[in-house]
Amino acid sequence: MDQVIKTAFPILVISIGILLAFQGVLMIVAYTVLGERKILGWIQGRIGPNRVGPWGVLQPFADLFKFIFKEDLVPDKSTKFIYFLAPLVALTAAILPIVVYPFGPAITTVDWSFLPFNLGEGITRLPLTIAQIDVGVLFVLAITSVGVYGIALAGWSSNSKYSLMGGLRSSAQMISYELAMGASVIGVVMLAGTLDLNGIIAAQINSPFRWYIIPQFIGFIVFLIAAFAETNRVPFDLPEAETELVAGFHTEYSALKFALFFMAEYVNMFTVSVMCTVLFLGGWYIPGLDYIARTVGLQDWFGSGTPLYALISHIGFLLKIFGFLFFYIWVRGTLPRFRFDQLMNFGWKFLLPLALANVILTIIIVYFLNS
Amino acid sequence: MVTTVFFFLFAGLAIASAISLVYHKNPLYSAVSLIGVFIALACIYITLAAPFIAAVQILVYAGAIMVLVVFVIMLLNLEDDNALNRLKYLYFVGGGLGLILLVQTFFVFYAVMRAPKQTVNQNETVGKTLNIGASMYTEYLLPVEIVGVLLLMAIIGGVIMVRRLSEGNNLRQVSVETGNVGDTGKVESDLKKAER
Repeated sequence: MDQVIKTAFPILVISIGILLAFQGVLMIVAYTVLGERKILGWIQGRIGPNRVGPWGVLQPFADLFKFIFKEDLVPDKSTKFIYFLAPLVALTAAILPIVVYPFGPAITTVDWSFLPFNLGEGITRLPLTIAQIDVGVLFVLAITSVGVYGIALAGWSSNSKYSLMGGLRSSAQMISYELAMGASVIGVVMLAGTLDLNGIIAAQINSPFRWYIIPQFIGFIVFLIAAFAETNRVPFDLPEAETELVAGFHTEYSALKFALFFMAEYVNMFTVSVMCTVLFLGGWYIPGLDYIARTVGLQDWFGSGTPLYALISHIGFLLKIFGFLFFYIWVRGTLPRFRFDQLMNFGWKFLLPLALANVILTIIIVYFLNS
Repeated sequence: MVTTVFFFLFAGLAIASAISLVYHKNPLYSAVSLIGVFIALACIYITLAAPFIAAVQILVYAGAIMVLVVFVIMLLNLEDDNALNRLKYLYFVGGGLGLILLVQTFFVFYAVMRAPKQTVNQNETVGKTLNIGASMYTEYLLPVEIVGVLLLMAIIGGVIMVRRLSEGNNLRQVSVETGNVGDTGKVESDLKKAER
């Protein structure tokens, strides 16, 4: 019996972790939609949704029920299998990177003695990451690059010219800006010397600047701009330019399939915010928190490795992400849309050379630092 | 035990996708099946403790090369009822190559059966990024540089070919200078053709 508990318990803990992570991210995403509508309303001098629940807090659930109960239309001449596959690909590719997010520091002082059964040695170290893999950065970039198929296939299979044009534009845009995004990450990877997301945070904590935004400012700017294009947001929302393309690649989608695309877009926003935070803003690390704990003498309470430290760091992590999400919405309320040739020129002739220059500059600096 | 289950799952997925790739007449279905093969292969690499190869497999093959293939298929907008009567002689070439591949497979199988058995250890460091990088830029530096030069030549060749094609063709020139305008123009003309 003891043996069974000992083997089953870690699996149970991980399962609960996975459930919490996915549910948490999806809830944040749902409320990002509401936040976007509210903030856009304030920017434009409106009130925003305020009918469902106090201040409209139940609006995401109302929207969800509406999506579920709407009629699911399928265009007559669409390529059925791919038409059904596309939204699933989009959402899966958007949601999968959650498994490598570093949600907080590892809790090293876990005390399971409050449990009614004996765990023996048990698991004393509880990392707040579902899977700590060696190639976290590449994993996120790879999975999000698969998301292009959702959009391209949706545009093609709908058998509608607006959808096809939207899908083509979107995939061209995502391929172009993926290069700049990848090149802007290389600088951070070189400074940190690892591709593991937790390793990058640890390297930032040990670096003299604490946050890589200072030595990698060019990389940060390039990453941020490329992130807007990757997620098809204003000012790069060409695929959904209403005046030209109706709704772009998801013109022919309705009900829950449209909701999947909608969710995928907001989960992608969350993903790039997480990547921005982890690569450039030190992830969950709040400068000075462990120093305060040491000087005040409350290291048992919120020193490095304790549950309270993890909780405070996790909240800091979420606040940084919310900052980026707010920035996204703010930009949407402020800037007009690019023209398509402007977008391509900007990506290939300005952003990519800038990112490559940053890479070369970082190579030189790292070489002289190491020699 | 778990590894074996995963291996058969992903290997089955890869073979099923490969069969569907050859079987389908619609080129886009074939392309999607090929993406399935790549992803299944990447999953097998992960079970073999080689996460870097797995990530690069998805990033390069599934994420970049196949996107271009899908792009071209979408732009050409091929019809389903294209006759496949041409290139009959390729059946024999394909059959011959398939036979060679089969013999190779049996040889690899034989060699693996002869080799001493070894279980996969997920803590193995050979497949990790640091070791791959270190061996690429020390032990295997010459092959890496040769491949680099080869790729550079391919890029330059591509640019030169586009330049030569664009001479005297206004639409193509636009596509070279301002990104994809020429291509989207082509889509529009295709769509107009389809409407008629």
